Order: sequence, then C-alpha cells, then structure tokens
Amino acid sequence: MSGQAIRLDGVEKSFGAVRALAGVDLTVDAGECLGLVGHNGAGKSTLMHVLSGNLTPSAGTLSIGGRPCSGGWTAAAAQAEGVRCVFQELSLCPNLTVAENVRIVHRSLKGFGWKGRARALIRQKLDEIFPSHGIAPDDEIAGLAIGQRQMAEIARAFTVTDGKLRLVILDEPTSSLDAVTARQLLAYVKRETARGTSIILISHLLGEILSTAGRIVVMKDGKTVADRKAGDFTRNSLVAAMGSEAREHTRGAARTAGAEVMVSARPRSGGPAALEARKGEIIGLTGLAGHGQTRMLLRIYERREAQVTGRLAFIAGDRQSDGVFNLWSIGRNITTRSLATLRRGGLIDLAAEARLAGEWKDRMAIRTPDVNNNILTLSGGNQQKALFARALASDAAVILMDDPTRGVDIGTKQEVYAMIRAEAGTGRTFIWYTTEIDELTHCDRAYVFRNGAIAAALGADELTEEKVLQASFAEPAA
Amino acid sequence: MMGKLLRQPWVYSFGAAIAVWLATIAYTEGQGAGAILTAALSFATFTIIVGLGQMMVITTGPGNVDLSIPATITLSGVIAMKVMDEDTGRMAIGILAALGAAAAVGAFNYGLIRLLRIPPIIATLSSSFLVLSTAISYGRGIRIKPPEPLAQFAGAQVLGIPIMAVAVLALSIAMAVVLSRTVYGRSVLAVGQNSRAAWLAGLNAGRTRFVTYVLSAFLAGVCGILLSGFSRGAALNMGEEFLLASIATVVIGGTSVAGGRANVPGIWGAALFMYLLVTMLNTFGASAGVRLILTGLMIIGVIVLAGGEEQR
Repeated sequence: MSGQAIRLDGVEKSFGAVRALAGVDLTVDAGECLGLVGHNGAGKSTLMHVLSGNLTPSAGTLSIGGRPCSGGWTAAAAQAEGVRCVFQELSLCPNLTVAENVRIVHRSLKGFGWKGRARALIRQKLDEIFPSHGIAPDDEIAGLAIGQRQMAEIARAFTVTDGKLRLVILDEPTSSLDAVTARQLLAYVKRETARGTSIILISHLLGEILSTAGRIVVMKDGKTVADRKAGDFTRNSLVAAMGSEAREHTRGAARTAGAEVMVSARPRSGGPAALEARKGEIIGLTGLAGHGQTRMLLRIYERREAQVTGRLAFIAGDRQSDGVFNLWSIGRNITTRSLATLRRGGLIDLAAEARLAGEWKDRMAIRTPDVNNNILTLSGGNQQKALFARALASDAAVILMDDPTRGVDIGTKQEVYAMIRAEAGTGRTFIWYTTEIDELTHCDRAYVFRNGAIAAALGADELTEEKVLQASFAEPAA
Repeated sequence: MMGKLLRQPWVYSFGAAIAVWLATIAYTEGQGAGAILTAALSFATFTIIVGLGQMMVITTGPGNVDLSIPATITLSGVIAMKVMDEDTGRMAIGILAALGAAAAVGAFNYGLIRLLRIPPIIATLSSSFLVLSTAISYGRGIRIKPPEPLAQFAGAQVLGIPIMAVAVLALSIAMAVVLSRTVYGRSVLAVGQNSRAAWLAGLNAGRTRFVTYVLSAFLAGVCGILLSGFSRGAALNMGEEFLLASIATVVIGGTSVAGGRANVPGIWGAALFMYLLVTMLNTFGASAGVRLILTGLMIIGVIVLAGGEEQR
C-alpha cells in the first residue's frame, strides 16, 4: 500500500499568549511508522490532539487520504476516518469493564449479544499484541494495575469493527509497560504497519524510536526541526536535534558499604532476599511491571513489615491519582510535605513557605514565571519536577520513588538524575522503582522483583538489561 | 483589582444579599431598613456557626457531609437547659456537658464512617435519629428557661449590632486562619482534593476527617446553646431548619461541593442572603407556597451565577 494517510500544512495553535504550534507541516504515509520526539512542551501532544480532532487549529489545513478536509475536523470525524489515539493520560472509564470500554468507541457493537462480541474482540486483540497478558474482558478497569490499563487501552485502539483503521497515534505507550510488554508492543507495531496501517509513535525512550520507526520527526518549540529516515539518526544525533546533550553517567564505586542501614524490608511473599538500603545509597527496584515493586514501596511507607530509620517521603509516578493537588498553586504543591517544619508559633509562616517554594523552583528549574500559578499550568514534566521538589524540600532521610520519570522528557530526566545523585551524596537514601532499565545505571544496587518476591539482588556492576531480564523470568530451582 | 474581586465566588452571595435587602426597603420605602439588618445579623449568626462546621466537612472531599447537625443542635440545647436548670451558677457545667455531648456525637459519626465503612451521608443521617431520640427521651416535655446571663448574651446589641454577631465574626476569622495557616487546615484542603495524594505527601487523612467531624458537631453544640439562650429555652424541633440552611450556605457561599476549596466570607454572604430573602418575600406578602418556590429558585440562580464564574 502507498499514498498519504494524513497530511498537515502550516498548522498553528495558540493558547492565549502561548504558541504551542508555530506552523507544522507533517505527512504520514500509509503503512508507515513515524517516530515523533521532542522535549516536554515542544508541542507533540498538542499536535496529536489536533490530529485526533480534539483541538481545532488556529490556522493551517489538514488532508486525509489525499483529500483536503474542508469541513470541521472533529473528534467524531477523526473516528469515522479511522484515526485512533492512545494518550498519556489514560482515557478508559475506571468503573466499567474492559469489554464495556470497547463498546464506547465501537457504536456498531449493539443489539442482543453485544457484550459477547465486545469480549471476543478485545480478547483476540490483547492475545495478538500481548500474549499472556492476564487481563479478562470482564475485569473492571479500576481493578487493573496501571500497566494492564495501558495494555487494554492500546489493544482497544487497534480493534476494528466496521470501517477501517487508518492511523493510530501512540503517545508514550510504553511509559507504564515493563520491558517485555514494551517489546511485544513494538513488535506488533511493525506487524501492523506491514498491513498498511500508519502509526505515529511518540516516546522519550530514544532506543524504542530508533528501532521501531521508519522515519523520525523531531519537534522543538512548536515546529518540526528535523525529518529524516530512522537509519540516518544515532542516539546522539537525535538528542542533539532535540537540543540537549547526552551525558554519560556512571555511579561511583560502592562507598556506602559501612553506612547505617536506613531501611530493611522483606516482601510478604517471602523469597530468598531481603531489601536493605543504607544511608546515601540509591537502590533500584526492577523486574516486570506490577510484580510487587509499588506494593513494597507502600509497605515501607506505612512501615509495615519494614524497619525504617528516619523520616520518609514519597514521589508518585502517577501524578494525577497520587501526586498533584489540582486546585493549588505550584508553591503550595511543593510545600505540602514540609508544612510541619514551616510553623512558627503554631501557624505556618507564609514568608518562609514562599521562600522554600521559590528556592526549590529554582533548584529544580521548574519552568514557570510565578510559583503562585496553578499547578496545572505546568506541562507534565514540570509537574513531576514539582513533586520531586516536594519530597526533596522536606526533612525526609529516605525518599521512595514510584517510577517517577514516567512520561518525562530526556532533558528533564537528566536534571532529575543529577539532583538525585547530588542528594544521595549528602546522605539521603533513595529507593527507586523504575520501569526503565537505563535508569538502573544510577543505582548502587537493584532488586529484581518477581511475583511479589525479590528474585535477585544485583550490584552496580551487574546491572545490565540481560541480567535483569534473566532474573525477571528465571524459574525458581525446583 | 475590581476584576480580581469579581472572581471571588463569595462576592456573589454578598451581592445577592444586598440586592434582596435593597428590594425589601424599596418596597417598604425605607422603613425598617436598619431593623431588618439587625434581625438578619442575629438570625444569620446561628446559620453561620453551623455553616462553618459544615463547610469544613464538605471540604474534606466528595461524599462528606454532616446531616446530624440539626439533631446535635437539639441535643446540645436540651442538655444545656436541663443541666443549667435556670441556675446561673450551673451555667459553666451546662455548657461543658452540652459541648461534650456534641463532640461525642462527632466522634461517633466518624466512628461509623471509618470503622463500619458507612458512607457519611447515611452514617450522619442514622446517627441523627439516635441523637434526636436521646434528646427527646432526656428532655421529655420539659420547658426550662435559660439562665438570665445566657439569654442576655444571646440577645445583646450595641448600636444595633448583635454582640453575638461580633463573636461569630471573630470565630469566622479564626476559621479562615486555621484553613490557610495551620497544618490541619491545609490537610483538610489537601484531603478534599485527593486523599491518596495527601497521604503520600505525609498528611494524616484519617485524623483530619476525625477532627473535622468532631469540629462540625462541636459547632452545632455551640449553636444549640446560644439558640436556647436566644429563643428562651430549648425545643425539640429547634434544629430542624438548619439541615438545608447549613448545606445551602456552604454551597451558595462558593465552597466547592467536590471538596478541596473552602470559603469563609461566602458563608456570611449566603446566610444573610437566605434570611433576607425570606424577609423580603414576607414583606411582599407572599404565601408560604410561593415563598418556598421563590426561595428554591433564587438559591439555584445564585449557584448558577457563582458556579459558572468559578469554572472559567
């Protein structure tokens, strides 16, 4: 198959004074996987919302299948033309089952027995993309782990009833998936494009983009700044095109061996190893997503089945449900964890609170003119920085992190890594659940989780993808 | 400056109160303008006291509401009158007993919600039956007058301004300070927005809700004692009108029903508006049925106005 799936010419979009898109030209050919990269705030998400009909561009034209689209390009029109999206913020209804969520996008599933057909449809697609996914069509979304919700949403985007599937937009689809399911998805993307469906893949994981996409478009400041075949890019040239440097990072030799033990915990499911974290250490939790890492962090946070010395702070990865206070300013969001120490004579000292917020806004380089602005005026990555600031500004000695760089751009990540290393250097302890094996290079030691237990403890020199995957899958000796 | 002021949701409730007052005195051609305001301040203070408690409860998040306020007002009034027994010397112990009982109701409400996992709306409604039954059996058929100092305090005025209104103003200011400048107040706002995030940010959601339900019941107790002094005795239906009033003042006043956003000045505007509205309709000679319908419509109107502005 050939021809154009969708094409944008000179598309602009402004929100008040902010120019999110400053004239974008973009063509997606049929049967092509287009990689789209750029910093948070470069305009990727806005562009995808325009493509999906959720946002009306301020200027520019859009054509689909070679035909200019003169009438209003709405979400309904996009749906009818076979354009589907999986956005970073999941859009499944939590109180409905997987099958019922399928019905929401497929109006043709009606009449007697629609539920059975919806079940079969989603089960078949889940099996195709994610073999051994462990999701039943009658599971309620709210009961699924975040990675499973992501899988269900992705599978739903690829289901077809009546009409055709022209273009699927995947915005950070692997941010909540573990290494194995992410690979399954990327393999499926290749199979699906071979069938003629176009896919736009947005990811901050450059390895994913380089290995999966045929062509890569780089966005910066609301414009496309590079558009080349994937083979013409290397990791470094891609990062350079985005406008930040790739930095090498290695963790110093274990210099914390004799330090005080801050946390020691053993998962309830037992297993041969127990978790131990010493003062000044960065400890990684890894393994397949949803194998008990978050539960372990929560156990430590509740001080159940765990000995903890010192105060704790928690940095959530799921910003919306575990992190930000939507009604509050950036400043108040930062100081929440430190209120008790900001008291003078029983009342919170507002001047001291403003100083603390301002100081951490600068230290974390949160991009905002005023910390008194509402937290939702920030992009996702900057909201996450505010959550880092909340924990780091506190008096906590041990900081628990639940996959905190989910969907954060690479520049922000580098800043965050540097901050974590610096804070560990001052004697703070970090326990860090991450779904990205790359991030383990910052750790002194990592624990691989399998079925709720610790399957292996790996030292800094053993933290390679192979070893981690091996430990994630190895069957216990019979 | 003006634009900023207009974006405050409480401005609307005050605007509505003033508009209703002006309409009333226009009809009476200026007669009794001051007297109406004095009466409004007197009666509104009771609503404001319980409104402040209800505001804190509603702010702790969706589903949280205290429906036991009327029963608690009655229980507290009955206990205060019976323990005081018209004896000035027993006033302090009567106040203590009434407030203690009220606080116990609050703790009981929270116990039902937390330990038995009953939704707040059911928990506080069912506990209000228990509380009201207790008040009825304890105060059976007795009509006791309040001690003179209590009655005098509740009815005293200086230059047409009720002393009690001044005291409640101080209470309201204290409440606003609690909300913005104490860890408890911030916890109420944080828990109301997202209780899981509040917990992960190191705030104690359970203790916050406990304190809030006790506070609401305690304020209902205060209201019960003062109301008994004001109306010269407790009655078993004395709390009745405060069920709708406490919730309506909170909502009209710009506090978010979804939780996380409280508004103290709005409670004043809304309480004055509700009283003045009834006064206006009485002045116009509206029948009871018309009065109720118009009250309902006006409340809806104010909420639409204030709420539409809030969402931007």
